[in-house]
Amino acid sequence: MNEILSATVITGMLNTMFTLATPLLFAALGETFAQKSGVVNLGVDGIMLMSAFAAFYVVLQTTNLWLGLLAAVAVGFGMGLIMSFVSVTMKAEQGVSGIGLQMFGLGMSSLLFKVMVGTVKTVSGFPRLEIPLLSRIPFFGPVFFNSNILVYIAFALVPICWWILERTTIGLMIKAVGQNPAAADSRGINVDLVRYGSVCFGAILAGVAGASISISIVNLFQDNLTAGQGFIAVALVYFGGWTPIGVMFGALLFSVANSFQLWMQVLGVNVPASIANMLPYVLTIVALTVTVYRGRAPAALNRPFLRGEN
Amino acid sequence: MKTRQFACVVVMLLVAAMTVSASGQAEPMADDEGAFRIAVVMPSATTDTAFSQSMYSALVTVQEEMGGESAIELVYSETMFVVPDAAAAVRDYATQGYDLIVAHGSQYGSFIQDMAPEFPETAFAWGTDVNTFGLDNVYAYTAAAEQGGYVNGVMAGIMSAGGQIGVTGPVEVGDARTYISGFVQGVESVNPAAQVSQTWTGSFSDVALMTAAAQTHIANGADVLTGSSQSVVGSIGAAQEAGDVLWFGTQADQTSLAPELVVASQVYDWTDMLTEMIENAKSGVYGGEAYVLTLQNGGLKIGYNDGFDIPAEAIDAAEAAIAGIIDGSIVVEP
Repeated sequence: MNEILSATVITGMLNTMFTLATPLLFAALGETFAQKSGVVNLGVDGIMLMSAFAAFYVVLQTTNLWLGLLAAVAVGFGMGLIMSFVSVTMKAEQGVSGIGLQMFGLGMSSLLFKVMVGTVKTVSGFPRLEIPLLSRIPFFGPVFFNSNILVYIAFALVPICWWILERTTIGLMIKAVGQNPAAADSRGINVDLVRYGSVCFGAILAGVAGASISISIVNLFQDNLTAGQGFIAVALVYFGGWTPIGVMFGALLFSVANSFQLWMQVLGVNVPASIANMLPYVLTIVALTVTVYRGRAPAALNRPFLRGEN
Repeated sequence: MKTRQFACVVVMLLVAAMTVSASGQAEPMADDEGAFRIAVVMPSATTDTAFSQSMYSALVTVQEEMGGESAIELVYSETMFVVPDAAAAVRDYATQGYDLIVAHGSQYGSFIQDMAPEFPETAFAWGTDVNTFGLDNVYAYTAAAEQGGYVNGVMAGIMSAGGQIGVTGPVEVGDARTYISGFVQGVESVNPAAQVSQTWTGSFSDVALMTAAAQTHIANGADVLTGSSQSVVGSIGAAQEAGDVLWFGTQADQTSLAPELVVASQVYDWTDMLTEMIENAKSGVYGGEAYVLTLQNGGLKIGYNDGFDIPAEAIDAAEAAIAGIIDGSIVVEP
């Protein structure tokens, strides 16, 4: 057990934690915006898959990582538009249309991979980026300042998202539309436009989340690459009480538990693998139960806005 | 408005469902009257460089050896990770009168047991397992993965400079478990001081977690890695990033994934078994037998990476281990 407390293990564990948390954080921050505006997008996982494939394919063809990231953003935006059209313009049931989008992403990304690539291939993803000077600080340097650029961007987005939601007019409009769309509408806010913007912004971040897996963590594409991480991201929004900082702690908790269980197994701690595998999920459920965020859900969450009927 | 919403959701779900089914749909490769008709249902892609690819490649080889598309019609359904979908596909093929239906996944056994009695003149094969359920139209098949695991372990034990070896497994069942059991015995036989650490991710498909598992082993000092399942592409990627870590593969030849670090792979060769099943079916025998691929019967092969400079000592030890397992002087526990 003492081995678990050694500097090498703790550094390794925290490094893995930040890597695993990155896609969850991108996707969950994006979903926070969608949900703050009143739209639950359960299609996050499908968007991540499509964007992961787009980023991977563009990098495979061009070796340009930024172009790959741009492709993921474009695909995310496109799928966000589809989700917005169905759930905001057509006022369809959000849960069902989100699941439809997820199934579409799962199937279409597999189909495109099969037709356009065919077999498992690898690409060179974003390399580790040591921050000069800071990365040399003992212990903290290797943990916080020795990751790839997407990890830094994900964590930098947390205060930016908080600032947008809490300190800007746009944030106020998003929250107003999510709390009471009829009142927002009567004040001259275009409810549908705000929801379109929020869902699309969320989908773009889901796209970046997908790219962070395919061109930064694993550097390849395979069927169902995300393995359901999009759904975990949606759950993290509830866990985080619809706040960017809460979402970040949720992503870190889930990831550190995963990282911890991997290290426990590597060091031969005598715990059955199936029990260790459960740890992140059990911890998240326990934390969700003891950390009560009741009352913070946007009041109009999951409710389409129909002028004159809300 | 209600009708419009409903129509929109229906259209979206239909498109989604069609896309999902399109990605896993049957792909006919021949459609000749009189050909022997084979259908295979697999949990992952035919190109997964692991479990599904081993069966699909064998079927294509058998098709070529037995006279091509005019003699053998071959269709497949891939990425059938949802068991009820796989069951529906198998029933579909059985209803269409396919002669041999291969349900390539140990999770598929229960529906084969239920379905096979309804189609007494269709041969069903499923694996990896050895249980034919006492039915005379069901074959079971598996691989003695511990044997190739042992041989890989012998080479790994010799080639590990630091004596720290990492195993990245999916779920501790079936051939993933037996391969790793054999691998550990192989390492111990030549390098008892070596440390073999094991991780199990709990998933056959979570590539990101498999990558993290491999990175954890590497951070702990591992200079040799191995693992099983289609998600090991993540482990191989982590080894590539680290640069100086060796990889031993199983199920299919994984050299193409990373020619600079794959030393050898245990390769499943199902061709002889499939040829026998086809011949049996043509003479009216549809099952009732369990096949086990072994080094003895040639179903298991060790594929060395010709482009990798494997030390002579490791090759000699591997060949001696293969000979020992074949003549029975080395017994590997599954």
